[in-house]
Amino acid sequence: MFVRLVYESFRRQKRRKVLAGIAITLGVAVATAMIAVATDVGDKISRELRSYGANLLVTPQEDTLDLQIGGVDLKPPSDGTYLNEADLPKIRGTFWHHNIVGFSPMLPVNVSVNSKNLTLVGTYFSKKLTFGKEDFRTGVRITHPWWKVRGTWPDDESQDVMLGERLASRSGLQPGDQVAISGQSHHISGILSTGGAEDDQIVAPLSVAQKILGKLGAVRRLYVSALTKPEDALARRDPSTMNPELFDRWYCSPYVQSIAYQLQEAIPHSHAEQIRQVAQNEGTVLSRIKGLMLLITLAALLASALAVSAAMATAIFERRNEVGLMKALGAGDSSVAALFFVEATLLALIGGLIGFAGGAVLARLIGRSIFDAQITIDPVLFPVILAIAILVTFAGSALAIRRAVKFDPVYALRGEA
Amino acid sequence: MSSRPVLELAVRRANKPHTQMFLRMLMRAAVLRRGRAASALLAMVVAAAVATAMLNLYVDVQAKLRKEFRNYGANVVVVGKDGQSLPQGTLSQVESILNGHGLAVPFAYVVARTQDGQSVVVSGTDLEQVRKLDSWWSVSAWPQHSGDALIGVRAAGVVSPQNKPFDLSFQGRSIDLTPVGSLRTGAAEDSRIYLALTDFEKWTGVEPSTIEIAAAGSSEDVDAIIQKLVEAVPAAEVRPVRQVMEGEARVLGKTRATLLAAAVMIILTSALCVLSTLMGWVFDRRRDFAIMKALGASERLISGFFAAESAVLGAIGALVGFGIGIGAAAWIGRVNFHAPVVPRLSVLPPVLIGSILVALISAGLPMSLLRRVQPAVILRGE
Repeated sequence: MFVRLVYESFRRQKRRKVLAGIAITLGVAVATAMIAVATDVGDKISRELRSYGANLLVTPQEDTLDLQIGGVDLKPPSDGTYLNEADLPKIRGTFWHHNIVGFSPMLPVNVSVNSKNLTLVGTYFSKKLTFGKEDFRTGVRITHPWWKVRGTWPDDESQDVMLGERLASRSGLQPGDQVAISGQSHHISGILSTGGAEDDQIVAPLSVAQKILGKLGAVRRLYVSALTKPEDALARRDPSTMNPELFDRWYCSPYVQSIAYQLQEAIPHSHAEQIRQVAQNEGTVLSRIKGLMLLITLAALLASALAVSAAMATAIFERRNEVGLMKALGAGDSSVAALFFVEATLLALIGGLIGFAGGAVLARLIGRSIFDAQITIDPVLFPVILAIAILVTFAGSALAIRRAVKFDPVYALRGEA
Repeated sequence: MSSRPVLELAVRRANKPHTQMFLRMLMRAAVLRRGRAASALLAMVVAAAVATAMLNLYVDVQAKLRKEFRNYGANVVVVGKDGQSLPQGTLSQVESILNGHGLAVPFAYVVARTQDGQSVVVSGTDLEQVRKLDSWWSVSAWPQHSGDALIGVRAAGVVSPQNKPFDLSFQGRSIDLTPVGSLRTGAAEDSRIYLALTDFEKWTGVEPSTIEIAAAGSSEDVDAIIQKLVEAVPAAEVRPVRQVMEGEARVLGKTRATLLAAAVMIILTSALCVLSTLMGWVFDRRRDFAIMKALGASERLISGFFAAESAVLGAIGALVGFGIGIGAAAWIGRVNFHAPVVPRLSVLPPVLIGSILVALISAGLPMSLLRRVQPAVILRGE
């Protein structure tokens, strides 16, 4: 009899059931999408923050002082020590290599163009490297996304060079022209604009700079761009004072400090340091945006909970006559309440199911259109969302059910609500 | 003769009590059906509050995040052409252009020699201002007195490994410095020594060659400042720091887009909540509707009555909700950004109009359904 009651109620009151169902579905969809976006937004923004460029700098351990003013290197090229280019692919073998977005070696050398002294910087543009069986590409096009080129980027294996924008306008050279650098003629593939010191320099593939310097495999500095976790108390501790257990935890967290430590392990005789301008601010910006999204998700959950309860309350309130009739025929308070609760649960399950699927689609849509990346939904979310849906539907119905049950059947049947 | 005043009275009666009756019906409807009206109003208030908070955050979050992004330091630099010193008075010109909307810090550089002949870059600057501009500098202690120096961690190993006072010479003139603090940034600053600008100028006679500027405001504001600087200081080059400006634009754009998507979803959900509650409320009163119709009220009057009722409800809900929403936005600002979100009155009109519109739609839908039904059918309770 009970099952039949529930069945008939769904069959005959399609309009009301559909209205309440739509409210639950939409509420769950919005909640799912917001939770998915909020849990993933940190990761996505962290990737966007990489557009600030490298957050780690690797230098030779026994290096002499940098003599850099306004980005121009005044250090005699013979001075100091170098990193070995052959060690660079080992970065892919570190524990957090998935978090390393890219790296670019830099080798500034002094050259003369038309008897004027200039700086030429050798680097990777989008160099193909191999570590183990894995091929990957890295270079300034990944680590320095604000570099803009008029013309084309030089090939890493070629002898082509790029001129800085101000240097090019001073010398009147265009992409496609030839330029004599220290006696050798090079093809200019593009004009580089960075807003920094490179605008007055020549940028060339690393091998060109090494040949001019006469030191094969030499790298002066290495910029590494890595996805990191905001710094906390553990991150700031000195690893040499940690016990083995704590050290493991530190080592296995993607703090900028532990990635620096691992880079030093991977590249012999090197010193890795966080670039504080980028690394420190990243943490604050990230935590602000994450906090904001969390609070907004709470607002979304509140709004959907209210929408669901309002719809349920209205649906039940409209059925006072039915309650009156059931009670007049001898139904007890508990069996009337049970009927409503079972109906609410069924609605919540159906609405929750469809809503979860809709929310997943919504989250993907947001991810695709805003971040050009997939927002994945953790399957763990499914039971959680469903439980929340049932809970909210119950909570929303409870008050209305109580009032409906307490209502005198005589008034209800006479229609004097 | 006597028919005219009677007619006039009838006309007056027909007009005057009409509006009075209308208002009275509105009032009584709210008072007598307190419970239902209150629940409809509650839905309205919550929806308006959520919409206000979201819109307010959306408008204000840009300013809040921009402040965080200014921690990345300078977004514009002014440098003397070919590494020359800037003309005297450039700093005050820059500061008058900024007019308080930003920070300008001068830097002067020379390469000095230590006692054992090593080269090191020494910079003179306004240390008070640098501390504000470059908040990421990790400094053990800032110099307070004349003759104090801030030493980069890598420079420290060369000039003063034991943290003892040392001498530097530049073009035959020497200076005696006391290292008071060490500086760590992970970049070129680690290899430098920083002095107060007055000490530096007295020692070397070199004037600042670079002014680093953190200009506040949107990218258009910054562009306008750059334009003004180019005109005001023709002897210098003015460069935007693209690394900082483009990174900021990107992250801000994405955050705002996410926020907008969230705001749209949340506002739609709360509008739906209002719609279902109000529709139920109006539908529930089909008996009133039928009685009014049976007593001879015109369709227009009944529609007007229900429309006025829901418009009033929407307006009250929007006003109360606006107040609560502003509070919620301020709270979120306090919790997340440690600065309250400024209440934006510009948010009120859209919230008010939106609320009234949603209320009218939710009244209109059941009305159009009921209009087709004979009053007798409703009154018989079918």
